[in-house]
Amino acid sequence: MMDALSLARWQFGITTVYHFIFVPLTLGLSMLVAIMQSFYYRTGKDLYKEMTLFWGKLFVILFTLGVVTGIVQEFQFGMNWSGYSRFVGDIFGIPLAIEALTAFFVESTFLGLWLFGWTRLPKAVHLACIWLVALASSLSSVWILLANAWMQVPVGYVLRNGRAELQDLVAILLNERALVQIPHTILAGFVTGGLFVLGISAWNLLHKHRADLFARSAQIALVFTAVASLAVATTGHTQAQETVATQPMKLAAMEGLWETEGPASMSLFALHDRENMSSIREFRMPYVLSILAHNNLTGEVKGMKELQAEMEAAHGPGDYVPPVAIVYWSFRLMVGLGVFFILLSLRGLWNWWAGKLETRTGYLRVASLALFLPFAANTAGWMVSELGRQPWMVYGLLKTVDGVSPVVGPGTLWISMAGFTVIYGLLAALGFSLVYKFARPARAGEPPRTMAHLDGTHAY
Amino acid sequence: MDLNTIWFILISILFIGYFFLEGFDFGVGILLPFVSRDDTDRRVVINSVGPFWDGNEVWLITAGGAIFAAFPHWYATLFSGFYLPLFLILIALILRAVGFEFRSKIEAPRWRRMCDQFLFWGSFIPAFLWGVAFANFVRGVPIGADMNYAGGFWNLLNPYALLGGLTSLSVFTLHGAVFLCLRTEGEVRERAHGIAARLWGPAAVILIAFAAYGYVATDFHQQMGVVPGTMPLLAICSYIAILVFLRMERDGWAFIATSLTILFGAVVVFEGLFPRVLLSSLDPAWHLTIYNASSSPLTLKVMLGVALLFVPIILGYQGWSYYVFRQRLTRESIPEHALNRHGQGEKT
Repeated sequence: MMDALSLARWQFGITTVYHFIFVPLTLGLSMLVAIMQSFYYRTGKDLYKEMTLFWGKLFVILFTLGVVTGIVQEFQFGMNWSGYSRFVGDIFGIPLAIEALTAFFVESTFLGLWLFGWTRLPKAVHLACIWLVALASSLSSVWILLANAWMQVPVGYVLRNGRAELQDLVAILLNERALVQIPHTILAGFVTGGLFVLGISAWNLLHKHRADLFARSAQIALVFTAVASLAVATTGHTQAQETVATQPMKLAAMEGLWETEGPASMSLFALHDRENMSSIREFRMPYVLSILAHNNLTGEVKGMKELQAEMEAAHGPGDYVPPVAIVYWSFRLMVGLGVFFILLSLRGLWNWWAGKLETRTGYLRVASLALFLPFAANTAGWMVSELGRQPWMVYGLLKTVDGVSPVVGPGTLWISMAGFTVIYGLLAALGFSLVYKFARPARAGEPPRTMAHLDGTHAY
Repeated sequence: MDLNTIWFILISILFIGYFFLEGFDFGVGILLPFVSRDDTDRRVVINSVGPFWDGNEVWLITAGGAIFAAFPHWYATLFSGFYLPLFLILIALILRAVGFEFRSKIEAPRWRRMCDQFLFWGSFIPAFLWGVAFANFVRGVPIGADMNYAGGFWNLLNPYALLGGLTSLSVFTLHGAVFLCLRTEGEVRERAHGIAARLWGPAAVILIAFAAYGYVATDFHQQMGVVPGTMPLLAICSYIAILVFLRMERDGWAFIATSLTILFGAVVVFEGLFPRVLLSSLDPAWHLTIYNASSSPLTLKVMLGVALLFVPIILGYQGWSYYVFRQRLTRESIPEHALNRHGQGEKT
């Protein structure tokens, strides 16, 4: 039988990872739809209007799933984590409220205007609507990542009245962690959206369905993804270097580094024995971690044993080592996939340049399957970030065990857990089948897919 | 006026905005099965709030975020204490959104009927439970010295709170009926008008019962005096005005009257609460107030600046979106080809 703490953590994990399927996807997809509509605005070609309507329809399906799972997020802190809410509300509530005021209102209102406004609004105003939706989506992630960055690296606070109170707003807004994690996460969203468009386009091209529409879509997606995936890698590297300084324990866990090393070696493969704080069957590359962490050959990187001792000295006895194996392998999965995304988009650009984008079926097959991989990479990144912070909820200030709601028992949590899991499962099936229905290539004997209602009149 | 009071007023405004806007969304959802005869009718009803419902819902999200930022203890106690009702509201809002967004994306009549159920219950449950919640705020719930809720699920379903739920349910339904009169034409409008006229009397009885019960079950008479003042009076006047304008077939004015009824009714509730935010039924010393539940003055100041900057902008563009879609909907406004797949026109 699980206790309330484990249940609350599982519930947060399930609902957040699930929500985080749709958020990055719609971040990227809204940008792409806005770009496509801009092409339509500039050229007046029906092909671009069709493209906008086609991808816009998929965007709205996925956006809806992001919205409904997002409502749960706004209240979950109070429901399951009231101890946390009391402790951090003074600071954490600020970005959350600003997110609603500056982003959610814009997204929801202008999406309504965009969806129903094709025939009601002047062309330029209508284009502005989708751009506002896209920019507000990115802006919303700025605020929520500012809140998250404060949990990772608390700054600008003073401990008073048994909680963290606001002291320096500017310090919170310029939190170094936020400055590296915001671009990394948003760009990862762009890659997710880009590979979604690329994947579905490749799938349709494979079946020789609407090659005009999907080749152009794939080209736009390729440029977008190539730029974004390169930038994801750069910002990820910066974020890791920042983590060395501010959350050395997380970085040590990411690298499975038990002993302090200088020069530090990078682990390529290891099986971890967390209890004895050692690794078995490990393969390490000398110097590499020093280069990655400090851009030099000799820099010291602290290991988990030393950091555990430091934490005990500062915060009293306890286990301060995160779940190493999950963090270590999630990190490797994320980085590996990130590299793959770069290669995939560069290869696609090469094929396009060679005039063989539509004919290299091997590539199209890989690209159409690769659309599922960003979700694994995003989830892995989330796990590195959030599990690597354990046992802390607010790093160095509040432990996860102290954040949970004292009045919510396992029975209640089982009810909500079961409820959310069932509903989310059904939503997943529904969302998947709808995307499949509207995105799939026309079968033999079916006429090719057109968005024949090109006036864009929309109604539920 | 101190910062804490200003924030109490701001959060009241957010909730009033939410009840005014989502109130008619809920009403429309509840009336969906009763004002439509076929699928086209139902689509007219659904599309009357089509471009707006999501933006309206953000008022709740914002109220939640603002409570978190301004009164963290209120946020923590309320949502961990009112856990299961809030859980039900969340599930209902999820299903309602599915009903709105995905109903016309699948042609099967069974799916459409299921979505109609989502829309009905997804509107009915929150419309009822928000009344239950606010009645409990003013009546008081078991809150201990540690600010934590000490009761169970059933404490929340006391007779006074249930009557509060009926009150909000009937007022929102009436509000939705009048909104439909304003937004539609033809038979749907006639039916909505008939329902509004018939609902007015029973809803008045519920309102009076709730007010009278409140006189006994809460400390409103101490808070507001024996002569309760102008706000309740204005609420009563607006409620009577609804019937007058319905009789005169002045839909716009009737809608203003239901809106004002919600506005003044909610103001009365917040007046009765002030300066408390959540009453403890165990000991008056353990009430959560705008002082012991609040954030630091600096946070309140920062957030006040943000709110004063952005709320007017939000009101501006949300108002504009209502202006853009101001035309009344008819059966002819529902495009036949909303779902054109593979080039074949489909009737949906």
